[in-house]
Amino acid sequence: MDDLLREFLVESAEHLDTVDAELVRFEQDPNNQQILRNIFRLVHTIKGTCGFLGLPRLEALAHAAETLMGRFRDGYPVSGASVTLILATLDRLKAILADLEATGSEPAGADADLIGALEAMASEEAPAAAAPPPPPLPDLPPIVERELKPGEVSLEDLERAFMEAPGPDDFSAPAAPAPVSAPAPAPAIEPVLEAAEPDFESAPEPTAPAQAHERPAATAPASEGSGEGPVAKVQTIRVNVDTIEHLMTMVSELVLTRNQLLEIARRHEDSGYKVPLQRLSHVTAELQEGVMKTRMQPIGNAWQKLPRVVRDLSAELGKGIDLVMSGAETELDRQVLDVIKDPLTHMVRNSADHGIEATNERLKAGKPARGSIRLSAYHEGGTITIEIADDGKGLDLAAIRKKAIERNLAPAADVERMTDAQVAKFIFHAGFSTAKAVTSVSGRGVGMDVVKTNIETIGGVVDIATELGKGTTFTIKIPLTLAIVSALIVKAGEQRYAVPQIAVLELVRVDPKDENKSTNSIERIHGAPVLRLRERLLPIVTLDGLMRGQAIAEESEIVEAGFVVVAQVGRQRFGVLVDEVFHTEEIVVKPMSSKLRHIPLFAGNTILGDGAVVLIVDPNGVAKLVGQSAQSGAATEAETEEVEAGDAKATLLVFKGGAGGFKAVPLSLVTRLEEIDASKIEHLGGRPLIQYRGRLMPLVPADPGIAIRSEGSQALVVFSDGDRAMGLVVDEIVDIVEERLDIEISADRSDLIGSAVLRGRATDIINIAHFLPLAYDDWARGPRKTVVKAPSLLLVDDSAFFRDMLTPVLKAAGYSVTTAASADEALGLLKGNAGIDLVVSDLDMPGRSGFDLVAAMRGTGGRLAEMPVIALTGTVAADAIDQARRLAISDLVAKFDRSGLLAALAEIGEAGQPADTRAAA
Amino acid sequence: MQAANGNAVPTDTTDYVTVFVGETMFGLTIDRVHDVFVPAGITPVPLAPREIVGLLNLRGRVVTALCLRRRLGIPGREAGAAEMAIGLEQAGETFALIVDGVGEVLKLGADTQEPVPINLDARWRDISLGVHRLDGRLLVILDVDALLAFGDAREAKVA
Repeated sequence: MDDLLREFLVESAEHLDTVDAELVRFEQDPNNQQILRNIFRLVHTIKGTCGFLGLPRLEALAHAAETLMGRFRDGYPVSGASVTLILATLDRLKAILADLEATGSEPAGADADLIGALEAMASEEAPAAAAPPPPPLPDLPPIVERELKPGEVSLEDLERAFMEAPGPDDFSAPAAPAPVSAPAPAPAIEPVLEAAEPDFESAPEPTAPAQAHERPAATAPASEGSGEGPVAKVQTIRVNVDTIEHLMTMVSELVLTRNQLLEIARRHEDSGYKVPLQRLSHVTAELQEGVMKTRMQPIGNAWQKLPRVVRDLSAELGKGIDLVMSGAETELDRQVLDVIKDPLTHMVRNSADHGIEATNERLKAGKPARGSIRLSAYHEGGTITIEIADDGKGLDLAAIRKKAIERNLAPAADVERMTDAQVAKFIFHAGFSTAKAVTSVSGRGVGMDVVKTNIETIGGVVDIATELGKGTTFTIKIPLTLAIVSALIVKAGEQRYAVPQIAVLELVRVDPKDENKSTNSIERIHGAPVLRLRERLLPIVTLDGLMRGQAIAEESEIVEAGFVVVAQVGRQRFGVLVDEVFHTEEIVVKPMSSKLRHIPLFAGNTILGDGAVVLIVDPNGVAKLVGQSAQSGAATEAETEEVEAGDAKATLLVFKGGAGGFKAVPLSLVTRLEEIDASKIEHLGGRPLIQYRGRLMPLVPADPGIAIRSEGSQALVVFSDGDRAMGLVVDEIVDIVEERLDIEISADRSDLIGSAVLRGRATDIINIAHFLPLAYDDWARGPRKTVVKAPSLLLVDDSAFFRDMLTPVLKAAGYSVTTAASADEALGLLKGNAGIDLVVSDLDMPGRSGFDLVAAMRGTGGRLAEMPVIALTGTVAADAIDQARRLAISDLVAKFDRSGLLAALAEIGEAGQPADTRAAA
Repeated sequence: MQAANGNAVPTDTTDYVTVFVGETMFGLTIDRVHDVFVPAGITPVPLAPREIVGLLNLRGRVVTALCLRRRLGIPGREAGAAEMAIGLEQAGETFALIVDGVGEVLKLGADTQEPVPINLDARWRDISLGVHRLDGRLLVILDVDALLAFGDAREAKVA
């Protein structure tokens, strides 16, 4: 492709984009000659260049479009249909240009359809009413009848330009204002003037006064034209993007070197370098700013296509929609601009389709018939804020709540508790749409999730404010640039790290707990650190711990004093505990080495002023690790996994116990709830007991803080196992809730499994296995006649919660328990460890299911083929039973049915093991 | 890249920068060596492949430092022992190869070159191009690209 063609392509693409936008403006303001002239000039330029380069198809199309536009200049009324047609032509032009760019030659094809339509419209008679009323009507010869030649300026047009031009009063008389010179706005039409000249000669009354008046009339609009924004000539040169990128890299390095020099100078007080260094510093700063500026583009570049989009949508949907844009000149880095271009378009489309109501609905609601979408951008600190606001119907939060529950995005109870802003964010879920009908525009629920993802990849955030009936406002905050970011320099362990400021909400200083002072301090729930921050519990991870590959900090590692960097990524909020916070610094982001790019924790690295390389922490990566903390924690027994979304819901009994705190226990483990007369409690050997169903039942407080009452009624939660029963003493039984268990934090207090938020309250989940031995010394040790060799059992379950719940139970039943979190892990253990006698496996696991595991075991042959297996399942379906039989699974047991499991184990024990290894059940 | 390592044309001599790790002398073709410097201020990268010692600042560029000892699977040097670094470049990225010491540049012909002994440890064999018989000692020629081709499998697994 030769340079000329390439230049033409670039230029034409820009011209067409401008024409697109201008046409839409023109349609709304058909009397604005400025806009029309601008459009005309651009199309004419394209046409002219096409002719020059020998591109007949483009030329013919551009010509036809120009002809029709010529009619507009003649006062032909600007109708929606004609603008649509021209826009369609522009699209065709763009398509041809794209082909041209790809192949280097004009694609074959005919445009007779468009050209025909354009010509037909251009030759149509203008409706009389719409025709401009030129005062000296009888004076005009019918020259406009003829189709105008390309680029030709009609007399009428010239005349009107003349009329509109401000002139001395004495010449405003209706006496034959036929001008001679065209109000040529740009050199492009200049050569055409000669062609137009003969027409003037044929005009009947080219009177002398008019001749004399020629100059002021002609110059006025021209000067006006050069003063207007889009037409304004800006002195520019084209520079290759790579050149700018390279320049940017070099400047970044210069900045770093400067920083290092400054650091050195600081250490040498009497340095003679000081003054020149100051100067270097200033120059560098200015240079950096300048280069940054070259990368900056007005956000209007990303908006350019939007007026067209809205116009087309408004025609398609039959709604009147105005797009108001402000702050188009706000500049941001081109890299960022590229990323947000598509999301912005999508959001505007969405507002037009979903946001703005149909015209009749608007009228009914007492709103102006035309809806408006307001797009604005402005700088705010180091970020740029973009708002997309419509005055439409607002989000139907009730419908979204319903849909969210239907689609199981969150438990109903959670959804009810959510704030409106939180609920609104459900629209960012993939496939989420409350639109009743799918239109060609939207309603398919595709896109908003992509919008959010795109914005988040560049460290931006989206917020929604909505009011039913009033409208919706999306607020996007994005960093100005990705190359240089403001970062917080922190220290964790022995190293310094940079944390991008955009993810940081606040810094909280934490001190060791002190009863007398109300300082912020880290509390632990079962060992897991949390911070109480304005009535919310914030999970804490230590940066140092993360860096050593553990998401959950071990108790001993937590330094009690330090700073918590409160970060938010998407909807996830967490605190990162660091030892020290130094300062914020503008850092130049350098990409990670290809060898290190796979580490999710880092977004890049940078060189600080003192020359040290520090790693930039990626808040997204940390958020992911916090969310998955489970996976890494699964290896160690005491830690509990966050139960995955969509996991089986657990029904929990919530009660109060100990200092008013809420505790819960899986309801399936509970035998009965009792309210007993406290005076009936007896003490035997210092232990509280009660006569219960003809036997003595020991009572155990659920928390050391609970005092067993001596009068009134006492609430008990009764657990039984075979013929033994235990009463757990609680303060008050609160509720039974069915919730997806999100055990957020685990710990190593043996009486708790972890804690979860149930109905908005932080609740400890108690570990019943801790209490059973308190009631009966031998409960934990299994049958009185202890086994000679405990049969070894492999427990396979993806959920750490269930593993932790069952492990003590199985241990209590006399088994030595090994756990595995997945089928693969289990197979590895089975193949490597000859000591395992039987397997208890969950059937529903992500990845390979329990059936897969058993099939693999059976396929291995030898010991594994014969090994007894008990399968745990959430639901016992007929086909599951069949499959279980085929795979010789000894028993299928419901997941929460502890006694069923023990019975099944006992059966296996009877069949295959020595009798004394039988379970306690 | 084989040609760049200099052993493709047998009659020519090739210049090798010699480096030491423990008792062994290694050679790197001189055209792959961009720098020889004393490494300082290495920032360790948590969770990185074990061959990588960390990142360091080499005249304003962030360079990934890898340890030849760890790459070869031999125990690390004692704390405080001397270290030198060789700046290598691959695909636009700069790496620093940390070694115990750097020796002279040797001009060697193909006549002293031998293939890699087959009984050599696989880790060594993979990154060696050959061995030169010198007076009193052997020089193992390192394949720079093979040397830098580590962690890929691991990366794939993570991704």
